[in-house]
Amino acid sequence: MPTISLTVNRKAHTVEVAPNALLSAVLRETLGLTGTHIGCDTSQCGACTVHVEGRSIKSCTMLAVQANGANVTTIEGMADGETLHPMQAAFRQHHGLQCGFCTPGMIMAAVAFADANPAPTEAQVRRSLEGNLCRCTGYQNIVDAIMTGARAMHARS
Amino acid sequence: MKEFSYARATSLDGAAATFKAAGEARYLSGGQTLIPVLKQRLASPTDLVDLAGVPGLDQIVATAQSISIGGMATHASVAAHVGLQSTIPVLAELAGGIGDPHVRNRGTIGGSLANNDPAADYPAAVLGLDAIVRTSKRQIAGDDFFAGLFTTALEEGEILTGVEFSVPKRAGYVKFPHPASRFCLVAVMVSEGPKGVRVAVTGAGQEGVFRVAAMEAALAKSFTPAALDGIKVPPDNLLSDIHAQADYRAHLITVLTKRAVAKAIA
Repeated sequence: MPTISLTVNRKAHTVEVAPNALLSAVLRETLGLTGTHIGCDTSQCGACTVHVEGRSIKSCTMLAVQANGANVTTIEGMADGETLHPMQAAFRQHHGLQCGFCTPGMIMAAVAFADANPAPTEAQVRRSLEGNLCRCTGYQNIVDAIMTGARAMHARS
Repeated sequence: MKEFSYARATSLDGAAATFKAAGEARYLSGGQTLIPVLKQRLASPTDLVDLAGVPGLDQIVATAQSISIGGMATHASVAAHVGLQSTIPVLAELAGGIGDPHVRNRGTIGGSLANNDPAADYPAAVLGLDAIVRTSKRQIAGDDFFAGLFTTALEEGEILTGVEFSVPKRAGYVKFPHPASRFCLVAVMVSEGPKGVRVAVTGAGQEGVFRVAAMEAALAKSFTPAALDGIKVPPDNLLSDIHAQADYRAHLITVLTKRAVAKAIA
């Protein structure tokens, strides 16, 4: 089996992976980072969204071997100890979740979007969520959370 | 997914050699179509040859006359390219409307074109902007590249290395996206360039992307939406499925082409 090296949440790992192992599976099953969820496994729902080299991607649609040498961030890498990432705090403040299954992917999508969009409009936020599905909320509170979270991220930096 | 061997090529020659030596190989680009296809076992290659490690294949070079986009350039990088946004803005707009943000961060122009999905966006750009496809062996005119559903002029083992777009005088692209998949139910690229007017339709044809000669002739006389009044593509050779019947797609082609012309002259 191929051996790959990758950095996940600032920690270096070297792991053996099957060529057909998905990045989502290696994150969850090999590295135990089960915050990355697998909703549909067909590239639709976005629950598996993580960052590779700072860009949001669907980890169920990337082979682990393609991430060899890459810098990966998952939902577990967002908070600073007990302090939530500003986007996580905004989701809590606005109740941007109900069952919470889609939330890790929503947060990862939102942070990547807000990195490049410090003061987004509601329409821009809604468009940025085209790759993330939520069965519970109707999206309204998620959109509110992202608008607040984007401003908070840039106020901090 | 069935099992396969994986190799990360570091040169075009190396990629071609690995491909040739394998039983049944596929090139891997961004994987946004190929990986779902492998998961569904619609394909079961023995070997994947990853092109991500081949240097320079993701470059975008913009001049005043033309844009050269490497086959491994992602949709996100095309959409965000400043030089491209100012010279062929319609191309940046098209790339920025493919799939969703996460798909655009992985999916590539080369992968999309080599796959030639009948509902993909990029085939309309290549045919509608009279682009030239570059491969590891030759150059192929856009008119000669597409060869039916999921079929292209690429030969076994040939690698799509890039696409060359000439800057049109004016162009417009309008897409009616499927609301869930964001693929094109119908989309139309209209352009006026040094070699004339082009109308290319994707999402609608049973054989994939196609040009509409009657519309091109009408627009060559008068590049206005009104010039298309009464011109319809017959539904006979159009796709008909649960999302849209052929006659509805035929109707959309005229409506969207008018809108694309309106955008081009705005």
